[in-house]
Amino acid sequence: MEATSVKKYTFKDFTSDQEVRWCPGCDDYVILRSMQKALPEMGIAKENAVFISGIGCSSRFPYYMDTYGMHSIHGRAPGIASGVKLANPKLSVWVMTGDGDSMAIGGNHFIHVLRRNIDLNIVMFNNEIYGLTKGQFSPTSVIGQKTKSSPYGNTQPPFSPGELALGANARFFARIGGNNPKAMTQIFIDAHKYKGTSLVEVLQNCVIFNDGCFANVTDKDVKQDKQIYLEHGKPMIFGKNSDKGLVLNGIKLEVVTLGENGITLEDLLVHNAKEKDKTLHQMLVRLDYPMATGIIRSFEDVTLEEREDYLTAQVKANSNFKKADDLFFSGETYQVK
Amino acid sequence: MITNTETGKVVLQPEVLEAVVVRFVGDSGDGMQLTGTQFTDTSAMFGNDIATFPNYPSEIRAPQGSLYGVSGFQVHIGSIEVSTPGDNVDLLVAMNPAGLKTNLYAVKPGHTIIVDIDSFTKKNLEKAEYKTNPLEDGSLDNFRVIEVAMSSLTKEALKDVVGLDNKSITRSKNMFSLGMIYWMYNRSTEHTVEFFNKKFKSKPELIESNTKVLNAGFYYAETLELIPNSYTISPAKLPTGTYRIIMGNTATAWGLLAAAEKSGLELFLGSYPITPATDILHELVKHKHFGVKAFQAEDEIAGVTSAIGASFAGNLAVTTTSGPGLALKGEAIGLAMIIELPLVVINVQRGGPSTGLPTKTEQSDLLQAMYGRNGESPVIVIAASTPGNCFNFAYEAARLALEHMTPVILLTDGYIANGSAPWKIQTVADMPEIKNRKITEVKENWHPYNRHEKTLARDWAIPGTPGLEHRVGGLEKDSVTGNVSYIPENHEKMTHTRAEKIRLVKNNIPLLETEFADSGDLLVIGWGGTYGSLHSAVKQIHGEGYKKIGYANFNYINPMPKNTEEVLSRFKKIIVCELNSGQFASILKINHSKFEFFQHNKIQGLPFSNDELIEQFKKLV
Repeated sequence: MEATSVKKYTFKDFTSDQEVRWCPGCDDYVILRSMQKALPEMGIAKENAVFISGIGCSSRFPYYMDTYGMHSIHGRAPGIASGVKLANPKLSVWVMTGDGDSMAIGGNHFIHVLRRNIDLNIVMFNNEIYGLTKGQFSPTSVIGQKTKSSPYGNTQPPFSPGELALGANARFFARIGGNNPKAMTQIFIDAHKYKGTSLVEVLQNCVIFNDGCFANVTDKDVKQDKQIYLEHGKPMIFGKNSDKGLVLNGIKLEVVTLGENGITLEDLLVHNAKEKDKTLHQMLVRLDYPMATGIIRSFEDVTLEEREDYLTAQVKANSNFKKADDLFFSGETYQVK
Repeated sequence: MITNTETGKVVLQPEVLEAVVVRFVGDSGDGMQLTGTQFTDTSAMFGNDIATFPNYPSEIRAPQGSLYGVSGFQVHIGSIEVSTPGDNVDLLVAMNPAGLKTNLYAVKPGHTIIVDIDSFTKKNLEKAEYKTNPLEDGSLDNFRVIEVAMSSLTKEALKDVVGLDNKSITRSKNMFSLGMIYWMYNRSTEHTVEFFNKKFKSKPELIESNTKVLNAGFYYAETLELIPNSYTISPAKLPTGTYRIIMGNTATAWGLLAAAEKSGLELFLGSYPITPATDILHELVKHKHFGVKAFQAEDEIAGVTSAIGASFAGNLAVTTTSGPGLALKGEAIGLAMIIELPLVVINVQRGGPSTGLPTKTEQSDLLQAMYGRNGESPVIVIAASTPGNCFNFAYEAARLALEHMTPVILLTDGYIANGSAPWKIQTVADMPEIKNRKITEVKENWHPYNRHEKTLARDWAIPGTPGLEHRVGGLEKDSVTGNVSYIPENHEKMTHTRAEKIRLVKNNIPLLETEFADSGDLLVIGWGGTYGSLHSAVKQIHGEGYKKIGYANFNYINPMPKNTEEVLSRFKKIIVCELNSGQFASILKINHSKFEFFQHNKIQGLPFSNDELIEQFKKLV
C-alpha cells in the first residue's frame, strides 16, 4: 500500500473484460464506476486490492473489477475477507454485499466482523429487496411493503443497517445515496484510509423490484431538503437554502430554521465523527427527517491486526521456540535404547 | 511370594507382568483425568509402551455421586507392544459407589478393585442406585476388593499443612490413590512431584499438600497388609530413539506446524470450539512464536470461510471441527473445491447423528466427508489411525492439499484424538518434501485455471502478485479462462475434470499394505482409528494359530491406493470392520463390486473389543 512507488492508474485499469450484467439503470453501475474511480486515488498498487462478495446482485461486483477477487457463497464474504486480511495485512480488502447477504443469511458474520475491527472495508448495497431471487422482502423492507413473498404486505419489522452496525460497535459508518457518485467516490477513499472496519451503506435503487424506494430522499429535487450531508467539524446544516439545521433538544434531535426563534449558526450541533461516545451518532443514524448521509461515525480504534501483531511480537521475543523441532523435543522426552 | 529363610517372614517380591490395564473412576470433579495422565507419563518414562483412553461425561461438573457424572481414565501399559487402551481391566480404582457401579462390568474376575470406603455413605449409595452396600452384600465376592479410607487418610496426612481449605483437602485424595498405584507397580513418585513443583509454582502450600498425600498413599500401600503382592511391568521393546507421550489432537496440531515450516508457508487456522476437536485449536493458539495465526471465529462457517480467505491469500489454511461442524461447513468446502484452493479440513469424529454422543467415538462421518456437499464435489479424504500418526496424516493432508490444489478432509476420531501413546519424535527434516503450486511469473496467455498436465492441479496466484489479477467464484467457470460459463458442455467437462483431478491423487500416495499375511483365508479391513483394536485382535488370533488371516488398514479413502483391487483378490474372504453401520463397506462395494464384503459393525460410542472381533473372525475361517 506504499503510496510513493505506485504508478498512476485510471479507472480503466480497474475495469475487467467482463460484460456488466446488471439491469439497465441500476445504481450498481454508479457504485462500480465510483469504486473504479476511487481506487486510483487510494495510492495502492493494483495487485493489492482484493474484492470479496457473497451472493446477490451486489455480489457480481468482483467479476467487473480487474483486481484479485472472489465471488463466494451467500452471506460469508466477511469471513473470507477476514481470512484474506489476516493472512496478508498489506492488502486492501473490500467486502461487497447487499442488505440480504449481510443482514439476513450473513447476519452473524456481519455483526462479528464489525465487532472485531479488522482493517477492511464493507460496501452494503441496500435496496430493501431481494433482487437476484426476483423480488422477495429483505431485512430492510418496510412494514406493509408488497413483494413476491409478501403479497398482502410485509409484516416483519426492518433493521436499520446503521443502528445495527453501531450496536455491533462499528467504528466507521457512512451512508450515501446511490445516485451521488461524486460523494460516493470520496467516501470510498475515506473508508480505505480509515484504519479499521469501515461500513458504507449505499441507498441503492432497484429499478425492477423496488423502484423509487429512496426517491423521497435521494431524488435530485428533494435531496437537499431531505438529506443532511454530514462533514466532520462542520455545523449540521441542510436545505436548499442552507437554512435548516439540527440542535439537541433534551435527548432528541430537533430540526430548526436559522433566523427563526433567534436561532443562529452557532446554535447548531457541530458534527464530530471521531467521537468515541456513539450516542449522538446513533441518533443521527435513526433520523428519518432529514436522513443523515456522509460519514456519520469515524472513531479511530485499535485494530485486531494491531493487537495480534503486538502479542505475536511479545511471544516471539520471549520464546525459546524458533523451529518446530524445538517444540517437539521440549519438555518431557525420554530415550528408548 | 517368597519366604525369607532367615526370618520366616513373607517378603514382597514384585511379580513381573507383560501388560496391565488400570482404570481410574470417580466424580467428574475428582481429578481422574489428572491421576490417569500422571500414571501414564510416569510409566512411559519408565519405558513402557502405553495406550490411554479418557472417558468423561459431557457435563463439566455433573451432580456429585451421580451415575452419569462418572469420569474415567483408562491406561494400558506393557512391556510388550500395546496398541489399544485395553478391553478388560486388571485394576479398578473407584472413588465412589457410582464409579464402581458403572465400571464393574469391565473388571476381570479375580482382579483388584480399590475403593474409597469413606465415599460409600448412605447418600452416595442411593445416588448410585444401590439398594444394598456392594461392599457388604457379597456381590463383589469374585473380585479382590481393597477398601481404603482415602478421604480420612488424606485429611490426616494434611492436618499440619497451613493455609489449606477443606475443598483443597478433599480434592487431593486422588493423589492418595495415585501414590498407592505407584507403589503397586514399582513406579517412582519423582515425576509427579516434579509436576507439582511446576504446576503450583506460586502456591507452595499446594506443592506441599499434594506431595504429602501422594507419599502418604505410596507408604500406605507399602505398609498395608491388605495388598499382598506388588507387580512390575518391564520396559517395552520399542524402536530406539527419542520419545514423548503425545495425544492425538496434539499430534495433529504438530503435524500442521511441521507442514507449514516445510512448505515455507504461514499457518492459518480458522476454527470454532467443538468437542472433541477443540484441543487442536488450544494447541495451535499457543504457537504465535512460529507465526501461527489461529482465529477463533463466530461459528463453524466463519471458521472455514476465514480459512478459505487465508488460502486465497497464500497461507497454509486449516479448519478443525467435529461432525455437526462439518455439516455446517459443507457449502464452504464446496466453494473451496470449485475454486480449487488448498484447504485442510480436520474432522475429529464423535458419535452422531445431530448432537449425538459428543464425548464418545464413532466413524460415522465417512459418507459425510465423501459426499456431504451439494452437486458433484469430490475432495481428498484421508484418515489417521493412531494418536502418533495423527502427526503424519495432518502433515499428509497439508501436502496433498498444496500439491493438488484441493480441500482435503482428514478424519480422526475421539478415541485416537484424546488417546495418548509414545511417539518417536520426528523432525521437520525427516518429513517428505511439499511442492506448492504458487506462481509469481507473468506468462503470456496465463489463466487461473491453467493445470499441471499430470495432476490437473491449477496454479496458485495469490493477491499481491503483480500481473496475475484474477477472479474466482462459486459459479461454474470456463475451463480455459476461469470466467463464468453456463455452457452445458463446459459444465460437464469441468465436472469430469474435478473428479479426475482427485482420482489422479492415487499416483501421489503409498500402496496399500497388509499385516500378518499377504494372502490367505480372510482379509480383515478397517480404516482410520480402529487400527489399534483390529491390529491387536488379528495379532492375537495369529497367536492362536490362525496364520492365514491378514489385516489391511486404509488411511487413504478418496482416492484409495492403486493396488486395492489386487490386495482384495489375494484373500478368500473379506470382512470390513467399522464403528458405523457399514459406510466404508458401501464405498468398497461400489468400487470393487466383484468381491463379497462381510461386515462387522458397532455403533455404541465405544471402540471394538478384542473378544468381539476374534469371535467374528473365527466365524469366517
